[in-house]
Amino acid sequence: MTTTTTTRAAAGSGSGSGKSARGVAPSGKPFVTFEQANRRLKWALLAPALGFVGLMIAFPLAFTINLSLTDAFGAVNAGSSYVGLQNFADALTDTRRFWPAVGRTVAFTLGAVVLETVLGLALAMLMRKAFRGMEIVRTILMVPLLATPVAIGILWMLILDPTNGIANHLLGFVGVPPQEFLGSVSQSLPTLMLIDVWQWTPMMTVLLLAGLTTLPEEPEEAARVDGANAWQRFVHIILPMLRTTILTALVLRGVDALKTFDLIYATKGPGGGSDFEAETLNVYAYGLTFDYQEYGLASAVLVLFTLFIVAVVVVLRRRTERSAS
Amino acid sequence: MTQAIRPRRVLELSRRSFGVLAAASVLAACSRGPQTASPDAPLRVLAINHVWTQAISRYLPELEERIGRRVTMRMLTADQLTSSFNVKLNASATDIDVMTIRPLQDQMLFARNGWIADLTDRVEGDADYRWTDFQDAPRERSVTAGAAVSVPVVTERPALYYRKDLLEDFGGAPATLDDMLDIALELQRRSEGFFGFVGRGQRSGAVTQWSSFLYSFGGDFTVDGRSGIGSPEAIAAYQYYGRLLHDAGPPGATNMSLEQAMPIFAQGKAAMYVDADAIYSNFLDDSISTVTDTVGFAPFPAGQAGSVPHNIPSWSLAVNEFSLLRDDSWEFVRWASSPEMVARLQSEGIPGARQSVWDDPATLASFPADLAEAMRVNAANGVGHDRPEVMQVGRARDIVGRPLVSGIVGEDVASVAADADAEFNDFLVRDNRQQEF
Repeated sequence: MTTTTTTRAAAGSGSGSGKSARGVAPSGKPFVTFEQANRRLKWALLAPALGFVGLMIAFPLAFTINLSLTDAFGAVNAGSSYVGLQNFADALTDTRRFWPAVGRTVAFTLGAVVLETVLGLALAMLMRKAFRGMEIVRTILMVPLLATPVAIGILWMLILDPTNGIANHLLGFVGVPPQEFLGSVSQSLPTLMLIDVWQWTPMMTVLLLAGLTTLPEEPEEAARVDGANAWQRFVHIILPMLRTTILTALVLRGVDALKTFDLIYATKGPGGGSDFEAETLNVYAYGLTFDYQEYGLASAVLVLFTLFIVAVVVVLRRRTERSAS
Repeated sequence: MTQAIRPRRVLELSRRSFGVLAAASVLAACSRGPQTASPDAPLRVLAINHVWTQAISRYLPELEERIGRRVTMRMLTADQLTSSFNVKLNASATDIDVMTIRPLQDQMLFARNGWIADLTDRVEGDADYRWTDFQDAPRERSVTAGAAVSVPVVTERPALYYRKDLLEDFGGAPATLDDMLDIALELQRRSEGFFGFVGRGQRSGAVTQWSSFLYSFGGDFTVDGRSGIGSPEAIAAYQYYGRLLHDAGPPGATNMSLEQAMPIFAQGKAAMYVDADAIYSNFLDDSISTVTDTVGFAPFPAGQAGSVPHNIPSWSLAVNEFSLLRDDSWEFVRWASSPEMVARLQSEGIPGARQSVWDDPATLASFPADLAEAMRVNAANGVGHDRPEVMQVGRARDIVGRPLVSGIVGEDVASVAADADAEFNDFLVRDNRQQEF
């Protein structure tokens, strides 16, 4: 109590006279006020966290941006020269690898996330009301989420192997000719999308189910009394009320899907396949770094990719905020 | 009141003092510390997950006793290993002492980066080591810019794996590439899931095995410093390999590297398979192979230019330039590549690079007789590289692999090869500039 009073008094006088604000110690040396102490202490206590954030986020980002302006090749610690925005120009005019990779990144993300949202919402609606065995169903749904993408990639490679895999064996029973799946230029990306949908739909289900359980029941009850059928209640009552949750789920999953690397690399290898058929921006940047050792160009691609992700997040967040308001 | 003031003395640091202290702390945390190895520090080997590594690790106690230091060995797959070297050595890491590298893939770049130590004086200055005993091709590939920077420990050639029971009617293994294509086309029953031939088809992964087809057709990746992949010989090799896999091979071949192609032959679903001779034991292992009794081994068939397979050092040992245990690292390399150890390992089925060991029939006793003969013939006819000899091997393989994929999917090879030829020429100009170090 005494301390609080003193602090307020010091703070109050601090705005009037600098000398009295600093005060004088019994020894005659000036000492800091509580407010100043508090201000410095705050920074001292924050310093480790700020330092960590600075080192882990700001430094790599600044380093990558710096590298993107050089012709670094072979090793980042080898000599390199600044080339201005040449790497960005090279990337943005590359119609053989960069722009197709952008297209695949967008197609993969949109395709996978839209399917996951639709299926996740459908499953969430089914699981909204309690039913017998619901716990078991929920547990089974969670299984794909527990495995690492690399393990899932290898698992699906074995299932979808055109020669030895079980998928073609089963398709043969219903008269479907053998498919190449991941071995085909045209089927690879859709197949990878479906594997992603298989793995991540449960997460969308969980997020949307959480949103559904928080919705008030009255509006739906009122609509039911007014004679609205199930579809009308879903479209006109539940969906509008769930919009914020859906947008939040889209942001979370969308950003994650944009960054997908391990599944594609595990199943298609370097370059996303022999015709680069599954090469997304992440896979392209990895190849530039570790297969080609072109660190300058790779950094430029990563900077562009980061800007792309930030733009997507900003757009989706604005929509979420507008929807929430 | 007095009690509340007392802690302020601690806070009498000026902003400048605080800044200096913080900067000093960061510098202290980032400083490298003493640059000498502790006497207890182990010798750290970062190695490929390979039968050679597994075999040598059994003998490590011998070396540990000799150098008075513990040796730790960490094994990774080839891709992981390259990524680890790139990450660690870019940071001048000292926690790797000895490295297994792919001399034809990594060495030129690593030497340019200053990541691997010059071993010239050590290999040439030790009479007992007998540096000239190493076969010419692997030894020449150990030298970059006039310095010996690696020592070969595993060599590799292609082998023709074939089903003796199925090829009996054709007089056994084909001696020529034309015969191989005819037999593959005749034996394939693609609609029933049986293939006349299986091999790697991935754009980059297939290049090394395809190289033997290229040489046997009379071509090479480069001719007089310029691209050779647009030559009539190279186009013929592209077309031949494409037809072999397109008409007689399995579906999805363009997604196949070693890991996908090998099981197809091991499961008895292909009549012939061309891949590295180092993997032969996979077909003799009952737990993963159904062809243990029917598999045969033959030299690489002859093309228009004869049988010209590759004979390369697939794995070599190098010493990290930043290692704090350079002398002990060399002791490891010397011990692991000594005539005695190479003979011992070759007797266990791991082909080495020393000619004196190859000249000793006892070291080939562990190989099946027909494989030993195939290896001997292929080594005698072999070329010392299986990919373009450039700095940026990854990009080069992607360029020269493009017509290969076109052939496998049944597209026109000649036009794609012409385009790739022009791209490869541009690449070689840039790569040559990078080699000036």
